Amino acid sequence: MTVSADEVALYLKRRARWSPFEIAFWIFAFATIWLFPGKYLILKDTAILALFALSLDLILGYAGIISLGQAAFFGFAGYFAGLVAKYGIINEPVIALVCSGLITAALGFVTSFLVLRGSDLTRLMVTLGVSLMLGELANRYSNITGGADGLQGVEIEPVLGRFRFDLFGHNGYVYCLIVLFICFVIARRIVYSPFGLSLRSIKGNTLRAAAIGVPVKWRLVAIYTVSAGLAGIAGALLTQTTAFCSLDVFSLERSADLLLVLIIGGTGYLYGGLIGAVIYKFLQDWLANLTPQYWQFWIGLVLVVIVLIGRERMAGWVRIVRSLLVRLGTWLMPRLPALGGAAPDGR
Amino acid sequence: MSETMPKTTPILQTIGLEKRFGGILAAQNVNLAVEPGARHALIGPNGAGKTTVINLLTGVLRPTAGRIELEGRDITSLLPHQRVRLGMARTFQINQLFLDLTPLESIGLVVSERLGSGADWWRLVGTKSAVTDEIVEIVERFRLADVMHERTAILPYGKQRLLEIALAFACRPRVLLLDEPAAGVPEAERHELLATIEALPKDVTVLLIEHDMDLVFSFAERISVLVNGALFVDGAPDEVARDPRVKAVYLGEELDA
Repeated sequence: MTVSADEVALYLKRRARWSPFEIAFWIFAFATIWLFPGKYLILKDTAILALFALSLDLILGYAGIISLGQAAFFGFAGYFAGLVAKYGIINEPVIALVCSGLITAALGFVTSFLVLRGSDLTRLMVTLGVSLMLGELANRYSNITGGADGLQGVEIEPVLGRFRFDLFGHNGYVYCLIVLFICFVIARRIVYSPFGLSLRSIKGNTLRAAAIGVPVKWRLVAIYTVSAGLAGIAGALLTQTTAFCSLDVFSLERSADLLLVLIIGGTGYLYGGLIGAVIYKFLQDWLANLTPQYWQFWIGLVLVVIVLIGRERMAGWVRIVRSLLVRLGTWLMPRLPALGGAAPDGR
Repeated sequence: MSETMPKTTPILQTIGLEKRFGGILAAQNVNLAVEPGARHALIGPNGAGKTTVINLLTGVLRPTAGRIELEGRDITSLLPHQRVRLGMARTFQINQLFLDLTPLESIGLVVSERLGSGADWWRLVGTKSAVTDEIVEIVERFRLADVMHERTAILPYGKQRLLEIALAFACRPRVLLLDEPAAGVPEAERHELLATIEALPKDVTVLLIEHDMDLVFSFAERISVLVNGALFVDGAPDEVARDPRVKAVYLGEELDA
């Protein structure tokens, strides 16, 4: 049996093609702007949580680094974005957002050397420790951060000088959604690149990855840095859209919630964080309406059930639903296969 | 004496190599010389220290004493991935594969790393023709074409064994260390594996660590016998087979039969 280079290229690129499922997902995501005008606040929080979860998925799902300290980056960037706006250092939100991402990535780069030592348990403790330390620093220097009262007096200029954050949260949601989409496209590009492939190899078999010449340590440092940057952008978004920042951005619950989101949504396929965030937020909202006092009980129950049933089995159900949707789609639009013949490769 | 043919410098050489684990001497004064282009086998009974030697050669372990030279260059203190870059790759006795990747992706990964695009984070996999051309060559050489887009985890064991060698080969080593390549391969799949090993290009030097005497004697042009961590006999296959000491410690029954 002979193969051609074109065939090889095609097989390798197939995974990276946008599937009908993904296209439908994003069309729906943007359609929510018009579909649910009364829900902008929760939608916005969901978009931020989704971006935050995406940052954890990059290191957990692709590189196998477990972390309980993503809140360190979220919170650091949250305060950074708040302070630069409050003191008028960077007024334009988009520029401030990009700067927050970059400076948080730098923080991620520095701390990566601590984190990448040792085993999973060590990593959990070190990442947790780093976020506790940052939280305590923010508390100690309350003259800068506002301490327990939070950072007051933050005023955010209109985005690009035109779009002011309105009371209903419309512009804030659109802003978050666009940022989420751009960050998602970047993350997607990364995981389907040779660099992303090397990360998956490290997660799969570190010993062999080193034996075929992959510089394991530097690849992990690189993805940890990128992940910190994305977490930072999520944190900055929260500050910018609420014009406020408080110490709870550093809280352990924030990091732990993130793991819950990924447990719900699954890791290692990028949509886990997004789908998980949607389910988690709306479950939380729905349960809090039903039983304002005991909603956490039900969240806990859902988690126990998910873990007991096992994600594998749930992934099976998702696959069935997905193939039904794809079939429905191809039946509705006979021209669709030409566009994304792609057919999700069954995983 | 000066009339003897010029001695080629070994491509891989160990000088007085020693590894001590606490009180146990796993390798002692090992002076192994592998000639360029050789088909060299390292054999020895269980516990003789074969795995220790290969781990020392590839940098998984640090020697207690002695030196390792690759093409005359001292590599004793280099890290495993640096030795790969200098032209020495290995396979593993127990498969060390990327189970969630396909053979195509695994080989593509190795080729990308070697051609220096392993850190490309914006280009998509499979868009560089230098990489895909080379993948084709390796996939065909190792007879993986029919399974190239299956997940590695579900491949038949013989194919996994072939992929194990293909990944090391894709590093384009000048020295390839094969650690029991035929171990555990069912009879029906053996022929394909052995034929592929036979067909490795002559400019790649092969050091074979093996238990299987049929494979050793059909493949190797030179055999070193390791016993109790020390080199015992070193010579051409027929010399080794005739050597009474080797018969006594190791090969006896098998060759007498």
